[in-house]
Amino acid sequence: MRGVVAFLAGAIFAVGLALGGMAQPSKIVGFLDFFGNWDPSLLFVMAGAVGVHACAYWLVARRRRFPLLETKLHLPSTTAITPKLVVGAALFGVGWGLGGYCPGPGIAAAPSLAPEALVFLVAMCGSILVHDVWQRARDQRKETP
Amino acid sequence: MENFTPWTSLAGGALVGLAATLLLVFNGRIAGISGILAGAMLPRDGGRGWRLAFVAGVIVGSAAMFAGRPALFAVTHGRSLGAIALAGVLVGVGVRMGGGCTSGHGVCGTSRLSPRSLVATLTFVFTGALTVFVVRTLGGA
Repeated sequence: MRGVVAFLAGAIFAVGLALGGMAQPSKIVGFLDFFGNWDPSLLFVMAGAVGVHACAYWLVARRRRFPLLETKLHLPSTTAITPKLVVGAALFGVGWGLGGYCPGPGIAAAPSLAPEALVFLVAMCGSILVHDVWQRARDQRKETP
Repeated sequence: MENFTPWTSLAGGALVGLAATLLLVFNGRIAGISGILAGAMLPRDGGRGWRLAFVAGVIVGSAAMFAGRPALFAVTHGRSLGAIALAGVLVGVGVRMGGGCTSGHGVCGTSRLSPRSLVATLTFVFTGALTVFVVRTLGGA
C-alpha cells in the first residue's frame, strides 16, 4: 500500500513538473537569469507547491502527528546550519544554472530520450553513487577505529 | 518575459505540492527527490521499495506527459553535452552534501519553515543565478 501511494505521488509529481514547464531546461535558466530575459514561471511553480504543501503540513500532518500508513512522521532531525549544507547547496546551484536540470526534472525528462536529459541523469546518478559510497566508507572507518 | 507561463506553472506547482502532501500524510515521508533517488540506488534505513515505486511513478507520469505534450520537454537552452555532464556531477555531489534539492529543501523544507532549507534554497538560487550570469557573459557553455 505504501508503495502504491509512493508510485501515485511520483506520477502526480512528474505531471506537475512537466505541466509547470520544469522539464524544459530553458525555463530554469530563464528563471535564474535575473539580469537578462527573466522568466518568473518557476516562482509560480514554487508558489503553487509551497501553497498547497504548507497548508497540508501545518493544518493536517503536524496536528495528526502520525501518518495514515506509518507509525510516525519521518522528518529531518538535523537543524544545524553547517558549512557542508551551504557548500553542497552552492555546488548544486552551479550545476542547476549550468545544466538547467535539478534532480526531479532530471528524472522526469529522461522518457523524452533527449541526449541532454540522458547525459544529465547518468552523470548525476554516478555522482550521487560515488559520493554516497565514499561517505559510507568514511562513516564506517569512524565507527571501527 | 515572452516565455512566461503563470497559470500552467501555478497549476503544475499545485500538483507537485499535492504529491508531496500524499507522501507525507500517508507514508510520513518527505518528497525529497535527491534523497529518494539516492535511497533507491543504495538501500538505506526505511526501505528501498517505496523509493523505487516513487521513481517508477515519476518515469511513468512523465512518459505519459511526453506522449501527450512533447513540447513540454523541449531542450532549447543551447548548452553543450560536456557542460551538461559537468552539471550532472555538480548537482549529484551538491544535493548529497547539502542534504536536499529543489523539492526537499525548496518545496518541503520551505513549507515547514525549516531554517536549514531556507538557507539552502537561498544559496542554490544565488549560485544558480550567478552561474547563468557568468555563462551569458562568457557567451555560452
